Amino acid sequence: MRVSAQTAYGGGFDDPARAAARAFRAAMNAMAKPGEIRVLDQAVPPVPLSAAAGTLLLTLCDPETGVYLAGACDTAELRGWIAFHTGAPVVTAAEADFAVGSWADLQPIDRFRIGAAEYPDRSATLIVEMPALAPEGAALRGPGIEEVAHLSLPELAAFQGNAMLYPLGLDFFFTCGDRVAALPRSTQVTEG
Amino acid sequence: MSDYNFAYLDEQTKRMIRRAILKGLAVPGYQVPFASREMPMPYGWGTGGVQVSAAVLTPEDTFKVIDQGSDDTTNAVSIRKFFEKTADVAVTEATEAASVIQTRHRIPEAELSEDQILVYQVPIPEPLRFLEPRETETRKMHSLEEYGLMHVKLYEDISQHGAIATSYAYPVKVADRYVMDPSPIPKFDNPKLEMAAIQLFGAGREQRIYAVPPYTPVVSLDFEDYPFEATKADHPCDLCGAEDSYLDEVILDDAGNRMFVCSDSDYCRSRREAGHVGRLGVETAA
Repeated sequence: MRVSAQTAYGGGFDDPARAAARAFRAAMNAMAKPGEIRVLDQAVPPVPLSAAAGTLLLTLCDPETGVYLAGACDTAELRGWIAFHTGAPVVTAAEADFAVGSWADLQPIDRFRIGAAEYPDRSATLIVEMPALAPEGAALRGPGIEEVAHLSLPELAAFQGNAMLYPLGLDFFFTCGDRVAALPRSTQVTEG
Repeated sequence: MSDYNFAYLDEQTKRMIRRAILKGLAVPGYQVPFASREMPMPYGWGTGGVQVSAAVLTPEDTFKVIDQGSDDTTNAVSIRKFFEKTADVAVTEATEAASVIQTRHRIPEAELSEDQILVYQVPIPEPLRFLEPRETETRKMHSLEEYGLMHVKLYEDISQHGAIATSYAYPVKVADRYVMDPSPIPKFDNPKLEMAAIQLFGAGREQRIYAVPPYTPVVSLDFEDYPFEATKADHPCDLCGAEDSYLDEVILDDAGNRMFVCSDSDYCRSRREAGHVGRLGVETAA
């Protein structure tokens, strides 16, 4: 059965300017304080995307940013939803400013842009959909963390390798339901 | 009903600024280029800080603006009114009551908390600009972590003046990687750059945004034999008697009489309200 257009394109921000402002505050706090878990529930995207990942896309993406949909996230519904709400083009991994998908679907992550020596900001941000998100496991140290933080990362080696590229590298949001945490390239990751 | 979009800027501009802020936080001290907009105030009046504040403010925030530490200068009053009108946010002069503080050239005396955001107005974001005018070259120097020129500049200070004469916009190294201009804050404030709050820097005319996340190591450049020293006028505040605050010198008359007062007006006010009295202060009826 086809869903009606109203349903297919529902779930955007109720009050776009204020919802985006509140969502960005949560996302910024997450990126500034690696490992801290925040709530992002301003959007209701189509399955399989989580509320937090959908909210991040609506908050940060527009026609100027390429989005890569990895694996199971690459559905016609989601493409339509993103096009309707953000106007962001769906692009290949190598061109992406934002990529969203499960950790397995995002592999290999060396497909994504890590920035250039003179412009390390020209790098991709990966939104990793997680089955669970908890302040336990891998130990995080670096800017934004007073001593040590913990986060249930999907693995260690990839993030250690990413940190070694500093100041180049990828930045990560981890999303699960309506919760989000972040791991910028500046964070050193060790076994917890 | 305001005729403006929330916090004045259009949503696409805010998204662009927000993306720059996130990259800035991910690479502390690195200057992220952004497409700075014309704002309804001249360059040099805080257009960068205003754009960062506009991208960061939420309806629930309490906003404070200081200019050289003071809440009641023209620049601070105008920017505070601007966001009162366009974002309908609460405003305050009390440092601890504010969730977002926009500042020109000072860090408040009161220690900031993890729940606060400090937004700096930056005139020249490039610390190497007066040593090397070409953007292509300074960009290369940052990418190669080639900061010898900055040390030569500080060394020349010592050879000419016997001490590092740079007293404001004193260069710092952030997270052991990027040399950063902390904006023209007095070097007295440099040790406070390692703080619990998020620090965001906006340079409107120069189109750069950079950031320092909480608890990030921020080291003022110096030499082993000429260590960095945070200096201030060697006086207590004449109104509140504070010995630990940064002071402004005020000329009182044609005979050369002068007084020193806290540059942080909220800090001075709260101390006077708590009963502290300086040399020229007046006992408040309490």
